Amino acid sequence: MKVERCLHPGRVLLATLVLASVWPLLAWGHVESGQAGGFLSGLSHPVSGLDHVIAMVAVGLWGAQLGMPALWVLPVAFPMMMAFGGMLGLVGIPLPGVEAGIAVSAVVLGALVLGQVRLPLVAAVGVVALFAVFHGHAHGTELTPGQNAMLYSLGFVIATGLLHATGIATGLINRWDLGRQALRGAGALVMVGGLYFLWSAVR
Amino acid sequence: MKRSNIVAPVAAVLLAAPAAAQAHLVNSGLGPFYDGALHLLLSPGDLLGLVAAALLAGLRGARAGRLTVTALTISWLLAGMIGMRLPVTPDLTWLSVLSFLILGVLVAFDTRLSPLAVAALGALYGALHGLLNGSALAAMRAAPSALLGSVLTVLVIALLTAAAVVPVRVLWARVAVRVAGSWIVAVGMLMLGWLAQGVA
Repeated sequence: MKVERCLHPGRVLLATLVLASVWPLLAWGHVESGQAGGFLSGLSHPVSGLDHVIAMVAVGLWGAQLGMPALWVLPVAFPMMMAFGGMLGLVGIPLPGVEAGIAVSAVVLGALVLGQVRLPLVAAVGVVALFAVFHGHAHGTELTPGQNAMLYSLGFVIATGLLHATGIATGLINRWDLGRQALRGAGALVMVGGLYFLWSAVR
Repeated sequence: MKRSNIVAPVAAVLLAAPAAAQAHLVNSGLGPFYDGALHLLLSPGDLLGLVAAALLAGLRGARAGRLTVTALTISWLLAGMIGMRLPVTPDLTWLSVLSFLILGVLVAFDTRLSPLAVAALGALYGALHGLLNGSALAAMRAAPSALLGSVLTVLVIALLTAAAVVPVRVLWARVAVRVAGSWIVAVGMLMLGWLAQGVA
């Protein structure tokens, strides 16, 4: 008897209508969120990994040692090739030994600065571009869910460029004898740091 | 069931029924004109290409700057009006990213294009993004003055950027402009990756 009363058409209709009225709809209107977070996340990402930092700064140091036109060609080539590496990672093309590649980049770039090696421009760009692919593949793809991908990318690229600028600005001491020696010492430090990261990556 | 028993709950339900909230412009609190301006300023995808087009025009000299700023702004306005009337429904984010990536490449390589060619590229960019912005504004049921606000913002940004680059003759300053172009390319490539992954 109770069940029959519960299943009365009027009650069923009423219950259905009440359910329909409280059924949540997808809200489209929203306040922009995660925008600044994406930019700040991208901006802080390159400086949060010391392996990335020392290699980026070393690119600037080496550019300053090589002088014109490498001084500006390297920082122009690097972000583009780094983004290319990031794009490879994002579309799912694997790159073996990424962490080791980043560590090797610090070792090689540090050694080039230490030895004041003057490669032809094409070769210098080739070396930097090769390593840039590893850095982009490893670091360019780590977007926190919910954040704006474009602003993350923008922050990431700007931070990397500023690290190059730091290296170039530091490398300007190359014009003095003492500064030249200090620069080679900085190259040695980068190389040692790279060796440490290489050891960490392969052990 | 009596008819009077069902009318009241139906009426109550109709009154209480939630409606889906439509997407809306960011509210500047200063009216639709400024809402439109703010909409553009908060769209980094639009801004990157706009800045790249202006940088390219500036690198190519005063005539290229004048032509490009004019062509870009007018095409943005016209395409925006078309977009508000006939909104584009397909997702053209890929095309939008490709457009600023190509402009970034041209800036990074300091490509020697004629002023007319640079202006034509600016007009193409303006037409594409004007159409997309107009469609977005139509979807948000924005007033026409919102389009006017965004177009005048386009004009101011393009004009100031190109005007800042035209007189630049010092090597390091021109290099800085090219580095900015390479950064725009880098963002574009990463965005293509994000789009392929379905994140952006």
